Amino acid sequence: MSVLEVNGVSKSFENESIIKDVSLHLDEGEIVALLGVSGSGKTTLFNIIAGLSKPCCGEVLFEGENITGQPGKISYMLQKDLLLPHKSIIDNVSLPLVIRGEKKKAAREKAAGYFSEFGLEGTEKKYPFQLSGGMKQRAALLRTYLFSEKVALLDEPFSALDMLTKASVHEWYLDIMNKIRLSTLFITHDIDEAILLSDRIYILTGRPATITKEIIIREAKPRNGDFRLTEEFLGYKRKIISCLDGDNAV
Amino acid sequence: MSAVIVLIVLWQAVCSLGIVDSFMLPSPVSVISALISELPVLAQHSLVTLAEAFIGLLCGITLGFVIAVLMDRFEPLYRAFYPLIVITQTVPTVAIAPLLVLWFGYEMMPKIILITVTTFFPIAVGLLEGFRSSDKDSVNLLRAMGAGENHIFRHIKLPGALPQFFSGLRISASYAVVGAVISEWLGGFSGLGVYMTRVKKAYSFDKMFAVIILISVISLLLMKLVDLIHKKATPWERSQKK
Repeated sequence: MSVLEVNGVSKSFENESIIKDVSLHLDEGEIVALLGVSGSGKTTLFNIIAGLSKPCCGEVLFEGENITGQPGKISYMLQKDLLLPHKSIIDNVSLPLVIRGEKKKAAREKAAGYFSEFGLEGTEKKYPFQLSGGMKQRAALLRTYLFSEKVALLDEPFSALDMLTKASVHEWYLDIMNKIRLSTLFITHDIDEAILLSDRIYILTGRPATITKEIIIREAKPRNGDFRLTEEFLGYKRKIISCLDGDNAV
Repeated sequence: MSAVIVLIVLWQAVCSLGIVDSFMLPSPVSVISALISELPVLAQHSLVTLAEAFIGLLCGITLGFVIAVLMDRFEPLYRAFYPLIVITQTVPTVAIAPLLVLWFGYEMMPKIILITVTTFFPIAVGLLEGFRSSDKDSVNLLRAMGAGENHIFRHIKLPGALPQFFSGLRISASYAVVGAVISEWLGGFSGLGVYMTRVKKAYSFDKMFAVIILISVISLLLMKLVDLIHKKATPWERSQKK
């Protein structure tokens, strides 16, 4: 059974249709990319899945249960790390537990157990401004994970990082995902990133945006950076570019 | 700092050379000696003034906080009462002080009310601005986590508004001292304002200047104290600016 299912979701703002009849699913332990040019309504779709905004029609199912318009079920990590500047890393990371009603101390203890696994040891008492961009992203992912061990939505999680940091964060990400098996749906406009990280790619094009293509990446995991240099990788890339081509011309 | 020294030297020169009558303008030296000789008396009066300022400021902070929270939470309240609050600030303190004395007598009460009225405003405005400028994305993130208004307030709005709160408090702290002195002018039994009116009536301008200096020193110290608390309360801001 799919952990997450989106059925025929549409949304419009002020009579302008943003997304139309989008259906997708996410299976357990899967990493799925949602690829599309900027401004194609990907974030709108995520806000709907996260329950922050209501679709005009369609439904969102989490483990078979209808959660359309209900926040607090699916964890959501935004483009910026959004660590609260006034909280130490441990308090930032354990925030979802506190919001769920756990005691501060218990939440901290629970969160502390994951620090070494996420490569964050020693940062517990630091403030976000004392961390590098890559480390902040790690902390943000740990916070996302502590919120839900089941499904996470990542909205362009690595787009704010520079090329070199990005490569190392990708490697770290593949490694950690292999351990925690968090079912993930992530938005990106970076084709390489989509192919490298995901099991499946949905391509979102047009105005209003719809899913026009689904591509399955049949490359064994764990993958590493060398995958980028293979013929298969280029094959996927060609296919994706041809799908996106019509959209970029607009 | 050097500008202050030049000014003092100039002031002393004007007095020593007899350009202005020493009766009209006491020299810095005589002001300082008055300050020293009157120190025990001044200390007693200061305590009264500080107590009023402190209690008034505390009431002002509480009132400002409550107003800011309510106006942030309930938009209609903001639209209805914000202009009204601005109007309270256009009423001159000196004008309402005699009325307060008339209504509440010569004890602490009218003084505390006056200080509360003058100090709540910078705090309410600072906090409100801080609450309203909270980061939309952070708020969305917390909402996605299932947070309600109370969580958003506690984890984002309140800590986010601390810098604005402290800059408001800085202004309010100096208002509180000045407010206490002004309200004492118009009636009371002790306090720096009362002392001031007494020495004025006795034409001891050296003592008058001594009190003025003491009041500014107290205000400055209070502002410094606020800055110190600000730094202690927001450790995450310290190295960010560097």
